[in-house]
Amino acid sequence: MQFDQYEVGEFFDEMFGESGCPRASAKTLVNNIQSLPEGELLNRQRAAERALLQMGITFNVYGEHAGTEKIFPFDLVPRIVAAAEWSRIEKGLKQRITALNLFINDLYHEQKILNDGIVPADIVLSSKAFRKQCMGFNPPRGIWCHVTGTDLVRHRDGQIYVLEDNLRCPSGVSYVLENRAVMKSMFPQVFAQSKIRPVASYPSRLRDMLEFLAPDHVTAPRCVLLTPGIYNSAYFEHSFLAQQMGIELVEGRDLVVDDGFVCMRTTKGFERVDVIYRRIDDDFLDPKCFRPDSMLGVPGLMEVYQAGNVALANAPGGGVADDKVVYAYVPRIVKYYLGEEIILPNVPTYICAEEKDLSYVLEHIGELVVKAANESGGYGMLVGPHSTKEQQAEFAEKVQANPRNYIAQPTLALSRVPTLCGDHFEGRHVDLRPYILYGKDIFVLPGGLTRVALKKGSLVVNSSQGGGSKDTWVLADARVEEQDEFSTTTRPAVVEGHAA
Amino acid sequence: MLSRVADSIYWMSRYIERAENVARFIDVNLQLMLDAPAGQDQQWEPLVATTGDHEGFAKRYGVATQENVIRFLAFDGENSNSILSCLRAARENARTVREIISSEMWLQLNKFFLMVNEAAASGKGMAAPHEFFNAVKDASHLFNGITASTMTHGEAWHFGPILGRMLERADKTSRILDVKYFILLRSVADVGTPFDDIQWAAVLRSASAFEMYRKKHGRISPRSVVEFLLLDREFPRAIHFCLLAARDSLYQISGTTPGTFRHPPEKLLGLLCSELSYAAVDEIVNAGLHEYLDVLQTKMNQIAAGISETFFAFKSPKPAKKSQQSQIQ
Repeated sequence: MQFDQYEVGEFFDEMFGESGCPRASAKTLVNNIQSLPEGELLNRQRAAERALLQMGITFNVYGEHAGTEKIFPFDLVPRIVAAAEWSRIEKGLKQRITALNLFINDLYHEQKILNDGIVPADIVLSSKAFRKQCMGFNPPRGIWCHVTGTDLVRHRDGQIYVLEDNLRCPSGVSYVLENRAVMKSMFPQVFAQSKIRPVASYPSRLRDMLEFLAPDHVTAPRCVLLTPGIYNSAYFEHSFLAQQMGIELVEGRDLVVDDGFVCMRTTKGFERVDVIYRRIDDDFLDPKCFRPDSMLGVPGLMEVYQAGNVALANAPGGGVADDKVVYAYVPRIVKYYLGEEIILPNVPTYICAEEKDLSYVLEHIGELVVKAANESGGYGMLVGPHSTKEQQAEFAEKVQANPRNYIAQPTLALSRVPTLCGDHFEGRHVDLRPYILYGKDIFVLPGGLTRVALKKGSLVVNSSQGGGSKDTWVLADARVEEQDEFSTTTRPAVVEGHAA
Repeated sequence: MLSRVADSIYWMSRYIERAENVARFIDVNLQLMLDAPAGQDQQWEPLVATTGDHEGFAKRYGVATQENVIRFLAFDGENSNSILSCLRAARENARTVREIISSEMWLQLNKFFLMVNEAAASGKGMAAPHEFFNAVKDASHLFNGITASTMTHGEAWHFGPILGRMLERADKTSRILDVKYFILLRSVADVGTPFDDIQWAAVLRSASAFEMYRKKHGRISPRSVVEFLLLDREFPRAIHFCLLAARDSLYQISGTTPGTFRHPPEKLLGLLCSELSYAAVDEIVNAGLHEYLDVLQTKMNQIAAGISETFFAFKSPKPAKKSQQSQIQ
């Protein structure tokens, strides 16, 4: 299959420059694809889909009686990130996570940043994710956000922006690992020729990080992964990670608090648990501390946690830093704690709680993306240019009723990557979610989940709304870097937009 | 290991074994019907009778034709013991313990399920039942082989691939033997005729036991067949063999000295094994095979219930202890 008919369009294309020539980082792959016999790429795409189906990397299609299962759509053409650009992303993410961790710790202690008026106190204290139960608490090793999946997007200007911080239970890393396994079997020659940084170390890094959190006196810590159960949409990932790490996958009903410790129910009685990688929301962790109606959690868990007899990752209460309104203040948070300018800029954000911004948002609602502060997965969101007048009016009302709960951002022209559409390639919009582990040091997995909006023209990459995924190749070869045009990308003039 | 995990592995193994045995079970009847003398009625009702699901069958299907029975036992998603339902349940259980079983096991189980699901949905399974049942047996064998060579032979192994599978197999071998009893009910006149021999040979084949039987007993005789499938200590589908293997695994799990017991299922299983060790086939046949199998099945059910109660049931911790033992690491 050839790229000669491929059109870059009016967007930034991750694989081809404006001239239509492949970017330096993509040359090897483009040559390899073009040298394949006719039909071979489609065969490989089908083989990849079959492999994913047989591996059971599927989700249930509800309402269809025959037990239909579908794979998460996967596109064979990867997104390639040049080495120089990656090193900037990596630095930027480390900076951001360091600052956010300091921020969370401050919020649950002296609240200096609020007292100094950098972030408005009412915004933080009214956040649903702010847990007053955590006030004064020192989490093991001082870490709150152990696992983060930060969403990045590239705009038409070539600049990478942070779209969202996901500090609660970011999912998707299992697809990164499985996609890579499939790609290696589909394109062994390309992997041999180019230096693509491996992602396979993630489970061992994750386990090391978890063990690092165990109480000091424990010599051989027992770590477990706490899942809501098989009906959770990320269950595949939970079991996959537990398996790859070689730790137990537990549900709330497997755990019990006994004599000041968390124990799991085994065939030989109760056994102590030291570290819990929980993939359950704060709300459901402990019915005695948070929602009393939770059936998923472990009664008494928080008491053990606060006594230092078990570690939790991510720390309860940390979600306050990925509130979408708090997000708007992250550049200032970075500056406040680290005294540095932010490396990876935010998307300019209008804070509806601020009067000036609110009137701008209401006037320009048809051009903006308006988001509720505490929603995810593409819910509670208005994409101005793709909405009707009625929807806009309805949203404007909601915003006015509760401005604290909303932010707005300009509609971004997400970059594109060639994607297999029938017998040819078309550009489709993508974002990128790298995964960051905060343990003894901060580790950024070289790669990440590239989500792709498979519907023509669509900007919504969520899997629930027609999104799929691609493998992400981070190159290690320094020679490719030098020729790459990313190094000449200009920094945008406005970093913080109206928030400044 | 976690009680819930032990439970899931145990049931995963049981369901796969059950699917395989339902296939064997239908296959024996298909063989019997093919060998039946011209003019004799097709007998499919006994099959439903021995599964114990005859009420549900009668309500939804009415007449026990070959097609109805095969559809019910193999492809009916509403019959919880059909091959399709067993595979679905095995896979759901495997899904909850994916981190315990090997990737290869999961892959094979998943392929197995997709094959059965496809056969059910497309109607191919109904069109070519022999091929389908063979495919089910092969897939189950493959799964067992993969399990034996990729899974650590530790506690999980003893719970699932041994305890679960062997108890299930013992139960189903007893039912395969019982099918012959129900058929006999209909055709007492055949007893002792060449046709009777053919039927017993079919029973042996459905347990993959024909050749092994020949090596041990030579001529087909009802007593020897019963002795082989019930009391043989060496043939892997014989009930006695299965129960001995289950007993040994139970010892491995709880670390009990052979010949003693620590909990009810160990006691019951030990007693049952001894009973089979000292049983004589003549006594069993003279007293009535069907009655004997009936009691045997009840005892095996009690053992299964005891295992569930001892190892899988959710228990609460004892009231807080006075001593500070838990602080000593």
